[in-house]
Amino acid sequence: MNMTLEPPPVVSARGVRVAFGAVKALDGVDLDILPGEALGLVGHNGAGKSTIVNVINGGLTPHEGRLAYGGQESVAGGVGSARAGGVRCVFQELSLCPNLTIVENTRLMHRGLTGFGWRKRALALISQTLGDIFPGHRIDCTGTVGDLSIAERQMVEIAINFMTVTEAPRLVILDEPTSSLDAALAEQLMAHVRRFVGAGGSVLLISHILGEILSTSTRIVVMKDGKVVVTKPVAGFTAKSLVEAMGSVIKEKGHAAARAVAGDAPEVINLPASRGSVCGFSARKGEIIGLAGLGGHGQTDTLLSLYRARSSNWWPKRPEDIAFVAGDRSLNGTFPLWSILRNLSIGDLGALSSRFAIDHGREEALGEDWKAKTAIRTPDMHNPILSLSGGNQQKVLFARALSTPAAIVLMDDPMRGVDIGTKQDVYAIIRAEAEAGRTFVWYSTEMDEICLCDRVYVFRDGAIVAELKGEEISEDHVLAASFSGEAA
Amino acid sequence: MNALKPVLSKPWIWSWLAAALTFAATALFTGGSSAFGLSQATLTFAAFSVMVGLGQMLVITLGPGNVDLSVPATITLSGTLALKFMETESSLILPGLLVAIVIGLAVGMANYALIKLLRIPPIIATLSMSFLVQSLAIWSNRGLRIKPPEALATFTTGTVFGVPNIALAGLLLSFVIWWLLERSIYGRWISAIGQSPFAARMAGIPVDGTRFVTYVLCAVLAAICGYLLASFSGGAALNMGTEYLLMSIAVVVIGGCAVAGGNSNVPGIWGASLFMFLVVSMLNTYGFGAGIRLMLTGLIIIAVIVAASRPLNGRK
Repeated sequence: MNMTLEPPPVVSARGVRVAFGAVKALDGVDLDILPGEALGLVGHNGAGKSTIVNVINGGLTPHEGRLAYGGQESVAGGVGSARAGGVRCVFQELSLCPNLTIVENTRLMHRGLTGFGWRKRALALISQTLGDIFPGHRIDCTGTVGDLSIAERQMVEIAINFMTVTEAPRLVILDEPTSSLDAALAEQLMAHVRRFVGAGGSVLLISHILGEILSTSTRIVVMKDGKVVVTKPVAGFTAKSLVEAMGSVIKEKGHAAARAVAGDAPEVINLPASRGSVCGFSARKGEIIGLAGLGGHGQTDTLLSLYRARSSNWWPKRPEDIAFVAGDRSLNGTFPLWSILRNLSIGDLGALSSRFAIDHGREEALGEDWKAKTAIRTPDMHNPILSLSGGNQQKVLFARALSTPAAIVLMDDPMRGVDIGTKQDVYAIIRAEAEAGRTFVWYSTEMDEICLCDRVYVFRDGAIVAELKGEEISEDHVLAASFSGEAA
Repeated sequence: MNALKPVLSKPWIWSWLAAALTFAATALFTGGSSAFGLSQATLTFAAFSVMVGLGQMLVITLGPGNVDLSVPATITLSGTLALKFMETESSLILPGLLVAIVIGLAVGMANYALIKLLRIPPIIATLSMSFLVQSLAIWSNRGLRIKPPEALATFTTGTVFGVPNIALAGLLLSFVIWWLLERSIYGRWISAIGQSPFAARMAGIPVDGTRFVTYVLCAVLAAICGYLLASFSGGAALNMGTEYLLMSIAVVVIGGCAVAGGNSNVPGIWGASLFMFLVVSMLNTYGFGAGIRLMLTGLIIIAVIVAASRPLNGRK
């Protein structure tokens, strides 16, 4: 080890500019990532985080500026030179092929796995890496990716990127890696990141969960409107100062305990206990019900079957009863060919129509109304939905459900990838709507959100294992209930 | 050039451009003398393709895997049974149309019943249905050529101010379908289902109901086409629907509708139908043999599809 020479940065970006039409996604960004450093990258939705990631991993050629990997100027650009520079990227939208097995997906990322017996070698490697990062995982590496839950897919994708076949990764980019992982898995991942960085690797970590950023990064970069606004070692930040640097102020967290739902409010959902559950599932008018537990333990299925039972697949019906907010946007949320406005208005076209004909004036008005209410970042609601960043697409899905008269709103972990400012706004809307008599059923992998609920059902293996009310709702109780059946 | 941009970005513009060029090439070859006759024939025959093309378009909008292969058999059955029912009685013209529509309803419902209840992919379900329907037509026809009522035959071959009545009927149906697709809730629903059936279901769209209506509409349009076609050509024949199988799909594709569903347009169906007829007449006028004619038809269609799919790639 030559300590006298300053090692060159793994990646160095200078004056990078990227524009999508009129929107300046990156406006002159300088960024260095040094070996042995975990760089935390934070900022609002649309601040340019995902764009700089795509520039670094070679997926996007900057319109201006230079890029160097390990001190070598990247001339050709593109994914090839990024990979040659040891850059690996775990995408926010998962990028595994669902029809292939985990081993086969490994081969896609690692060309070095060739010749006779590559499956065997790949299986050994991926099993070992998965075990290193997520000890005690229960993933069968010979199975197809399509059979995995979204959390397990995320785990596999992370493991594939940390794997060493012919050469070790020098920089691993993690874009919202814990968005679908529960607290225990997220902690395992963060521990692995610290080990990896300690051994001289580099990590670029993007997360909306500030606790992770503060506990794991060595240096933090704050982005805002396509620019880097602050770069400081982690010691210079507290959660509060970090949020202030991003440009939003944490609003006072009002605990749900302040809200008392009248015990005699009519029940809008009442299901008997399913097999293995300790109690039935019920919800009163105006209640916010949380679905907690480790990721992928039947919460989403519960929401889907609730929705299916209360909406017709054959007969048109105004959504007066129930509405759904997707968490997995590309699976059951957005309509990719459509504009933002059409994606919003599809929730309740009946309200915008007379005699089955859609009134375009009323549709426009609805769009402007919700654009203002949820601060959707776009110059024009007629732009394609895919022109929005992930968090802004999520706002559109929220607006779709909240603009209906539905008495019950189901939410399938909808805050994935949404920035803190917007989250606070949406929480406020949810509380106001609940006061007005709407019922929310909210599956969330984030503890802060579970704590906003009036009542919480904890799920394990598809069954309800605990019901928590008011003061009982806390991280400890939820975790205790989630693991309670472990010994049985 | 910039003023043209909004027009050039429309997916249907290429089929219209191709139709106009082919028309000019044919009319110029004959020194312009045949222009009027050619346009009348084109409008008439294109209108039949438009009627089946509209129905097929709605079905294809529903997304990958959705296609109705029972169109030709439905045309034949409805033409045969409707003419048989009318027995050349002019007073039964409207009830005859009703018979055709009922046949369309029945075939559409049966199609969707097969798809849904037996969980057969649409391409197989509608293909098997087409054998059943065609057999019914053969059984009821028994090789006799039944003539249409006199008044109906006159109407279908007649013109108003030089425009063929059939073209007007096609235009009327096109307007109805255009309204359904662009202005009504139903149009939004089929487009949503075509993009993502799961997301459509979770947005509160009655997915099965909408798909059911779409298959029924497609069969009804084919049945109306069969009724008019049989009357126009002086009687029902067992092979009268054959060419409309590929035609109905080709006009959807050439017209610039997304083959993967979710995005369709009505003007393109007209442009493509006009073009498909004009290509054949152009090659006939030039006196090419059958082999070369088919080959050139294929090449020209490929060229138009390549041109029409370019703006879509650019938008991505």
